[in-house]
Amino acid sequence: MFDIKKIKDDYLSKLDNDLNIEKVNQIKTELFGKNGMISNSFKTLGSLPNDERKKFASDLNSIKDELQDKIDSKIQEIETKEINSKLENEKVDVTLPEREFNQGKIHPVSQVIDEISSIFSEIGFSVEEGPDIENEHYNFTALNTPDNHPARDMHDTFYLDNNKELLLRTHTSPVQVRTMLNGKPPFKIIAPGRTYRSDSDQTHSPMFHQVEGLHVDKDINMGHLKGCLNYFIKSFFEVDKIKMRFRPSHFPFTEPSAEVDIGYEMKDGKIVIGEGDKWLEILGCGMVHPNVLKNVKVNPDKVQGYAFGIGIDRLGMLKYGINDLRAFFETDYRWLNHFGFDPLDVPSNYRGLSR
Amino acid sequence: MKFTIGWLKDHLDTKKKDNELIEKLTNVGLEVESFENLSSDLDNFKVAKIINAEQHPNADRLRVCDVDIGGQNTVKVVCGAPNAKKDLLTVYAGPGSIIPKNNMKLTISKIRGVTSYGMLCSESELNLSEESEGIKELKSSNYSDKIGKNFFKSNTEKVVDLSITPNRPDCLGVRGVARDLAAAGAGKLKKISLKNIKKNGSQKIKVSISKDKNQGCTVFGSCLIEGVTNQESPQWLKEKIVSLGQKPISAIVDITNYVMLDLNRPLHAYDADKIDKEIIVRNSKKGETFEALDNKEYKLENDMCVISDKSGVLGLGGIIGGTRSGTEINTKNILLESAYFLPRSIRKTSKLLNIDTDAKFRFERGIDPQSIEIGLTKAAQLISEICGGKISKFDIQKISKHEKNKIKFKISLFEKITGFQIKDNEIIEILTDLGFEVSKKKFELDLKIPTWRPDITQPIDIVEEIVRIKGYENIETLEPEKTKIKDTLNKQQKLFHFLQRSVASKGYFETVTWSFTDSKINNLFKENLKEIKIVNPISSDLDVLRNSIFTNLTFYLKKNLDRGFKDISLFEIGPIFKNSKPGEQLTVIGAIKSGKVSRLNWNEKDRIVDVFDVKKDVIQTLVEAGYDRQSFFVRDKSPSYYHPGKSGSVYLDKDEIDPVAYFGEIHPNILKKLDIKTEGLVGFEIYMDYLRENKIKLKDLKTNFEYSDYQKSERDFAFVVDKNFKAQDLIEIISSIDKNLIRSIKIFDIYEGENIPQDKKSIALNVTIQSAEKTLGESDLEKINKLIISTVETKSGAKIRS
Repeated sequence: MFDIKKIKDDYLSKLDNDLNIEKVNQIKTELFGKNGMISNSFKTLGSLPNDERKKFASDLNSIKDELQDKIDSKIQEIETKEINSKLENEKVDVTLPEREFNQGKIHPVSQVIDEISSIFSEIGFSVEEGPDIENEHYNFTALNTPDNHPARDMHDTFYLDNNKELLLRTHTSPVQVRTMLNGKPPFKIIAPGRTYRSDSDQTHSPMFHQVEGLHVDKDINMGHLKGCLNYFIKSFFEVDKIKMRFRPSHFPFTEPSAEVDIGYEMKDGKIVIGEGDKWLEILGCGMVHPNVLKNVKVNPDKVQGYAFGIGIDRLGMLKYGINDLRAFFETDYRWLNHFGFDPLDVPSNYRGLSR
Repeated sequence: MKFTIGWLKDHLDTKKKDNELIEKLTNVGLEVESFENLSSDLDNFKVAKIINAEQHPNADRLRVCDVDIGGQNTVKVVCGAPNAKKDLLTVYAGPGSIIPKNNMKLTISKIRGVTSYGMLCSESELNLSEESEGIKELKSSNYSDKIGKNFFKSNTEKVVDLSITPNRPDCLGVRGVARDLAAAGAGKLKKISLKNIKKNGSQKIKVSISKDKNQGCTVFGSCLIEGVTNQESPQWLKEKIVSLGQKPISAIVDITNYVMLDLNRPLHAYDADKIDKEIIVRNSKKGETFEALDNKEYKLENDMCVISDKSGVLGLGGIIGGTRSGTEINTKNILLESAYFLPRSIRKTSKLLNIDTDAKFRFERGIDPQSIEIGLTKAAQLISEICGGKISKFDIQKISKHEKNKIKFKISLFEKITGFQIKDNEIIEILTDLGFEVSKKKFELDLKIPTWRPDITQPIDIVEEIVRIKGYENIETLEPEKTKIKDTLNKQQKLFHFLQRSVASKGYFETVTWSFTDSKINNLFKENLKEIKIVNPISSDLDVLRNSIFTNLTFYLKKNLDRGFKDISLFEIGPIFKNSKPGEQLTVIGAIKSGKVSRLNWNEKDRIVDVFDVKKDVIQTLVEAGYDRQSFFVRDKSPSYYHPGKSGSVYLDKDEIDPVAYFGEIHPNILKKLDIKTEGLVGFEIYMDYLRENKIKLKDLKTNFEYSDYQKSERDFAFVVDKNFKAQDLIEIISSIDKNLIRSIKIFDIYEGENIPQDKKSIALNVTIQSAEKTLGESDLEKINKLIISTVETKSGAKIRS
């Protein structure tokens, strides 16, 4: 019979040495193998007297557990060490570039259209659209601009036939006509889209974007028009206060008509909207002319309302500090990358219009 | 419309300061474009100092001077004056200056081999005196600190430039502007003071307005002024004309211009001696010609309103006079015309002949038909004062009366439209000041509209008059109400925005290009669509509406390649045109991708972009938009601008007629024709109009969540099929064997070559099998296995590869 206490102490101290896995396995065999010392000790149990046996068995079991735990933790220690030393050699240079990814971009015009739609959605407007090719009636005549009207000269029109019957729409206002002809009041819409005028220089592009607004209901007056635009401009430029000036003007399809200026100042060569004592014209508007309502079979004695037209590209230029209108349409990869927006930046009311 | 404040004050009695008047103009709707001194030709003459004067190398009598004109550097001027010496202060005229004496414009020129930048001036050249010997000498005590400053003091008055909207012809005359200002409380409108002129005898030249159909002239007033001495205008008149940036011509021309600018009353003066017997206002006949005062010969069409005499056409009424009867400096007898022409007729004729004149601009917008006599009176009076002469009685021919129109105006309409109230008395006052005759009934005003306001025809116009004079600042700003009538976006619009951002999220830059394009490029992409020409394109290379988005995308891709970019991904979502009627357009996403994937990447091998890159982008975009990948069907048909062997079309369903998308390599011929140099170019197009709406809403799809927890098994197969056999068909055959059990099929290898007959290929695929009801046993699986093999072999002629 061995002195199991001594065996325990011997092996515990052995296991404290710096061992490799083979050595630990050998110890394991020496103790718990078929002829291992602990295994053999258990075999002697039967030959012991009853009173000794109980005590010896209990001691033996606790020594066995102790040694077993020690061996397990030793093995774990060695394995961990081994993995760690192996990983030591697997080190890569994480400062090397990541795999290629390509960030796409949304064009500022699209982004601004989404911003505008989001703002007007808040105050109950829905979005309507119309065709790029219009006939002369929808673009002019129905909008109270008959053929002999000099106001037609204000629009340099692209024509598609010699009779000047088919044309590229010069403004988004024909959508007013189409919307009202196809429905019944009340109307509360905006209509963003492409518009065309045969005019091309530093500040004019033969194609540009407008958004039309129309609100026609029982008692919509100029106070509502002012309120709506005030709300829109403040929201769009993301400022608390805005200086806004309504100036009488003339459009054949509205009466009374107004042009709207907003206050701005120059700070470090940049336009700052909302402050300062300079005025910048940004849109035209007015009360829908009774002739227009009659032309679309709406009774001007029963309903009335306002309409407005805003240059989308220009709004974008003001908000995002873009100097050149023509660059919008020139597809310069550098420009698109700089002024474009991440596709996940969807303007919305709850997440904010822009980051 | 331009005028000086001084001229305005001929009509407006006011104590307001200039800037108050300017602000008032803006507030009543007369937009002020500018208010500034006119730049004058004389601004080019500067005080200068000769720093150095040397003998000209090739001419004894010339000197080459270095002249200080106040800038950083001196300028070299060749000068012949004997007094051109060092340190002399004199007057320098730069290139572009016009010399007052002879109206010569200076240019930079070589004088005997030495370049001279401008000139040093003598008193005579500056029209200061007759002294032409030597250049002007300036006293250094007065001028030594003024080098570089203007020699001539600017004595021009500040000029107001208004942008007059087409509805306000009355404000094309200074008096009309004054009237608006007066109504808005900026002063009092002065009465027009007309002296009684002596009229002697009748107007001897017979005038008649012929009763043609659509006669464009309704009133023709005239008077004869005999024995005039035409001459230069007096200073006050010259100044008025000059202040507007126009050139004085002769007293008679200047006077007619002055009356037009002052009262918006165009007049025309004929040399009475050049009129053959009588004046006939009639419609032209096709083929008639005349030479107009712009020195161009015009060929007339039928029914243009002309002023003629016995020999033919003298001028186009209300548009332009002719050279045959024009006044000259030696004109003795004048026939003065003051007439009314119908806007419609003026517009039609001037459009057809493409003429734009001051008179046309005014008549087209509507001249006050009751201003005939006042115009004649004012002009005749000035002519006789300045040029002498005997004035005849006025001859007024009329074929229709122009009386004041009447409107009944319900006072409550004002508040209904503007949202605010003003007192009845104030309304009456404003309208009266604007020239309306007002008589008040209980809730209504009976109004007679002034004849100079052709724009006012109905009650809403009266509202505008009152509110603009009262001031738009009185309109309240009402909180917008948030009631919604319908959804902000309809389904199609939502899809548009979704697809737009979906494509961008795959690394494409969105661009916006013009809806028109170069027909030469368009022809490469237009397929069987109709070419839609623009009648008046902005330039010859933007002459058609685009039939495909690729026209502009490829054009701009090339530009970016030329900028040195190689791997470019671009897309646009927008209209293409099928035909030239409204609505004959489609909304299309076009995307292109050039160059390589993983170019110069340290851990991935680069490769040229290929058809499966764009196929992935198309399919993923459609799947993200909610369409079912399982029912997609791909055909190898595509438009001719794609590579015939490396392109295809996507159908949402096998039975659909129109493909929703094309994808593939762009045809190499196109690259050659457009001179596009890149390793590879692929692209895709998605036709939004052919994407049907998803009928099932997402909320209904989500509630239907079914899954199986039973064990999945995977089996690999390799089939040897004909080389042109389509993988899609193989997948379809297998998946239709048992839709409940066969969960997914993945093709993991395509092999051609050794061990495979030349006209065959091997397709290796992995099939996942899972039941929703039980764990499949080995025998179930074996059954399916065999079924797959036998079905494929029967239906496709394939052989399982052992």
